[in-house]
Amino acid sequence: MKKIALLSTLVGLLALVFLPTALKNHGIYLFTYWLIYVIAAMGLNLTVGYAGQKSLGHAAFFGIGAYTVAIMLKAGLSFWLGLPMAALCCFVVGLALGFPALRVQTIYLAFATLGFNTAIWLVMRNEEWLTGGTFGINNIARPEAFGISFDGNLAYYYLVLGITLLLAILLLGLLRSPWGKAFTALRDNPIRAESLGIDIRNYTLLSFAIGAAYAGIAGALFASLVQFIDPAPFNVEASIMMYLMVVVGGPGYFFGPMLGAAVGVILPEWLRFAQAWYLFVFGTAVVVLMIWLPDGLLSIPDRISAKRQSREASALRAAAGKPQGVKV
Amino acid sequence: MTDFLQLFFSGLATGSIYALAALGFTLLWQASGTINFAQGEFVMLPAFMMIGCLTAGMPLLVSFCVSCILSVVVLGWLFKRGLVDPLFKYGMMPIVVATIGLSIAMRNGVRAGFSAEPQPFPNLFPDAVYNVAGVVVSGTDVGTFVFAMALVLVTQAFLAKTVTGRAMQAVAQNTESASVLGINVPRMIFYTFAINALLAAAAAILVTPTYLAKFDMGASLGNKAFFAAIIGGFNNSRGALLGGLIVGVCENLAAAYISPAYKDAVALIIFMVVILFKPQGLLGKKVERKV
Amino acid sequence: MNKRSTLKVVAAATVLAFVGLAQAQQTIKITNIVELSGPGTTAGTLFKNGVELAIKEINEAGGILGKKIESTTVDTQTNPGVAKGLTQKAVDDGVLAIFGPVYSGSIMVSMAESKRGEVPNFTGGEAAAITQQGNPYVFRTAFGQSTSFPKLAKYINTKSKSLAVIYVNNDFGKGGRDTLTKLLAGGPTQIVADISTDAGQVDFSAAVLKAKQSNADAIFAYTNEEESARLLRELKKQGWTKPVIGETTLTGQKVIELAGDAANGAVAHVGLTVDAPIPEMLKFKAKYYQAYGSISDHNGIKGYTGVYILKAAIEKAGKIDRKAVAQALHGINISAKKNPGVIMDVSFDANGDLDRESFLVEVKNGRQVVVATLPALSKK
Repeated sequence: MKKIALLSTLVGLLALVFLPTALKNHGIYLFTYWLIYVIAAMGLNLTVGYAGQKSLGHAAFFGIGAYTVAIMLKAGLSFWLGLPMAALCCFVVGLALGFPALRVQTIYLAFATLGFNTAIWLVMRNEEWLTGGTFGINNIARPEAFGISFDGNLAYYYLVLGITLLLAILLLGLLRSPWGKAFTALRDNPIRAESLGIDIRNYTLLSFAIGAAYAGIAGALFASLVQFIDPAPFNVEASIMMYLMVVVGGPGYFFGPMLGAAVGVILPEWLRFAQAWYLFVFGTAVVVLMIWLPDGLLSIPDRISAKRQSREASALRAAAGKPQGVKV
Repeated sequence: MTDFLQLFFSGLATGSIYALAALGFTLLWQASGTINFAQGEFVMLPAFMMIGCLTAGMPLLVSFCVSCILSVVVLGWLFKRGLVDPLFKYGMMPIVVATIGLSIAMRNGVRAGFSAEPQPFPNLFPDAVYNVAGVVVSGTDVGTFVFAMALVLVTQAFLAKTVTGRAMQAVAQNTESASVLGINVPRMIFYTFAINALLAAAAAILVTPTYLAKFDMGASLGNKAFFAAIIGGFNNSRGALLGGLIVGVCENLAAAYISPAYKDAVALIIFMVVILFKPQGLLGKKVERKV
Repeated sequence: MNKRSTLKVVAAATVLAFVGLAQAQQTIKITNIVELSGPGTTAGTLFKNGVELAIKEINEAGGILGKKIESTTVDTQTNPGVAKGLTQKAVDDGVLAIFGPVYSGSIMVSMAESKRGEVPNFTGGEAAAITQQGNPYVFRTAFGQSTSFPKLAKYINTKSKSLAVIYVNNDFGKGGRDTLTKLLAGGPTQIVADISTDAGQVDFSAAVLKAKQSNADAIFAYTNEEESARLLRELKKQGWTKPVIGETTLTGQKVIELAGDAANGAVAHVGLTVDAPIPEMLKFKAKYYQAYGSISDHNGIKGYTGVYILKAAIEKAGKIDRKAVAQALHGINISAKKNPGVIMDVSFDANGDLDRESFLVEVKNGRQVVVATLPALSKK
């Protein structure tokens, strides 16, 4: 990584570790909330940004993860059992969702995932015996480990921070491996990728499954953060917001999810007093962004350097084209 | 049996509104490859335009005409020039995302700028109830169905029988050949957008009396329109009609005979089945994938 | 910035901080946590209007114990998770009392925070479960279903032999449907259809059709305001002429506005109505109309009387202290003569439930007409 990138990452990490100690309950809550959405968005970034799939049903996995943990906690099992269980459940369901993705293309896939999300949401809402229906599940406990209780807001924040960093490093490793390159090949031109010997079937399924697992972990953490879940945060609108978070941040950029989640989660909270206007501005910003910056906010540095390069190249061309005197 | 017929006819009325929204959606896709995620909001906005006119004292039909004109300008011309034209060259997804953003902006713009509360809306049709051979049908249902069907059939006749209409179809099928043949492609595309705006305004006046005008009234309508369009066949305008009616009727039947709680799942299930077994839709034609 | 300007800024900030601190001690802070968007918009907005009207009046009359009330309003979007976060924030901000949310589903979740922060929390929610959680800090501003439904059940028993129940699928609706089912069990009224609908639902054709199919001789409609309006319109559209019975949310002012003619003939048991034949109520109706240009519904009354109940409690406790106020509220008896702001005599029990008279209302010609007055349960 370049020096500037390394330095800013370090500063960011330090801020993440020390800033919340200066905040009150609500501020810490907000940061934890943000980190959870970062995890979910990272997963979606893999599916959408790196592998080029069209997934508009991400909130469903978020919800499956949350309900898995909530139900298990209510049944008396430990959070540390619930968390991997949530990831596993979502991984499996993600794989299952990948199958229709093999059969349908782009926009049909988008609608299919949308439909999937609605179906899951309906089950969450109607099957009261399992999920508590519209009443949801209340009084979800926070975990504890090695004698440390994560019940306090700050303690829970550090737990979530740790998990986020771990997952980010894992993702980075994945993306730098040959698998990562296979994903981008899948995104850019699937048929050509197949002709090069990449098993697009497996990679498509995997991109859904891994993305889903990330969302599942995020959902599990969400359940213990808010300590109450109902079907509302897992509907199609939430999926669309998650998708927009990835798009605004920059699909295919590693830090895209962080930026996107900040825009989608933190800004609305700060601007709570102007909520409706904020969303109006957000919607308009997305439209404008698509016209000026279809690759998301993080594409700005790339754009600037691309412009600079093209200007230098034209300057060179212009210089080379100047007549050097008439040769006879 | 009369119960079934009642549910059936009531479903036809709701379905015809879905058909209007789905038809516009399909036309946009065919003519310009635009997937308009804000289709539901395109119905919501004329409803509020009409409320604005009504509050200013204009009678209902005048308000409707004014809203139609405004819709064509804003939802037709402005939408095309401002959003679709710049993004056209980037492919489908940027347009999808932009229309998602547009729908959020429109919804919250109305919510913040006008009101978050629902508004009553006058009914175009008489509040009468008719008893036909034991089946009770309401005047509104009959009126809605007739009006919507008339619009759909007129639109299809326009597309099939008039020169402009056939030019629009030519643009939809093969844009390059169409321009080579001297058809004014951008104008034909604009006409498509204009028709969509008109259909949406019509849907608004039909649906708002029962739904009440609220900033989020477009959300579920938009969803049903997408599914209906795909079920019917994305590249066939008659498919939109069929898809809308099927969804409307099946929803009603399912809500009454199976479970009201899973009513919204009906459109979904039909959609999933169609997509897995006949992805081009019930009336659509198979489309090859270009490499 | 150079040293001098830095010093100036610091000085200014310190002065402001002191002023702020001083001011804080001079005001009573409350937060209004209400639904300003989503399905609960109608309820939340009117509740907030009532609260703000009362606060304005109280401040103009000199405040409580000599201090003015300062209030902030925030939007829960009818989302319980959001309500919870906002309640947390209000607790952090050191308010004396919290008003709202109105929706039962939201208060059921957010009250864990006001309990943790030990802040008196007034709610407009009506679900029975709200006061069954062992929370000493939650207080109703309207009847709970356990107080209102016995009266309702008695009325239904006289009007219907086969009842279709249409309810909304949330805490409020389900709570009501469960309570009613229990109360009607073994009585002369049979429930022949149990139809659930969604919050924010727009299309009621299937629900009405199902009710018609069941051959019920009356419908009990228990949905929130917006949905009630749509349901009534659909019932009219499909030619339903048999009785439609409900509770306050069926015949509220906003519902009548939205449903128009379709609301005529609906009968409801209401705890609060601006058309009650009580002089104080009519005064409130006029004041609200003057302030907001529209007629209040029961949510506006809830908010308005809620603030005056708080005032009475503070005066009883004698100090601006969260715990003391909460304790003073349990077992309080507030007389409308001495505290005209509460409009009707009201008393609270140890769970936060309130007891008052109530009314049977029918909608005639677009207005609520009180057909009968029912005494408070404890007054039998």
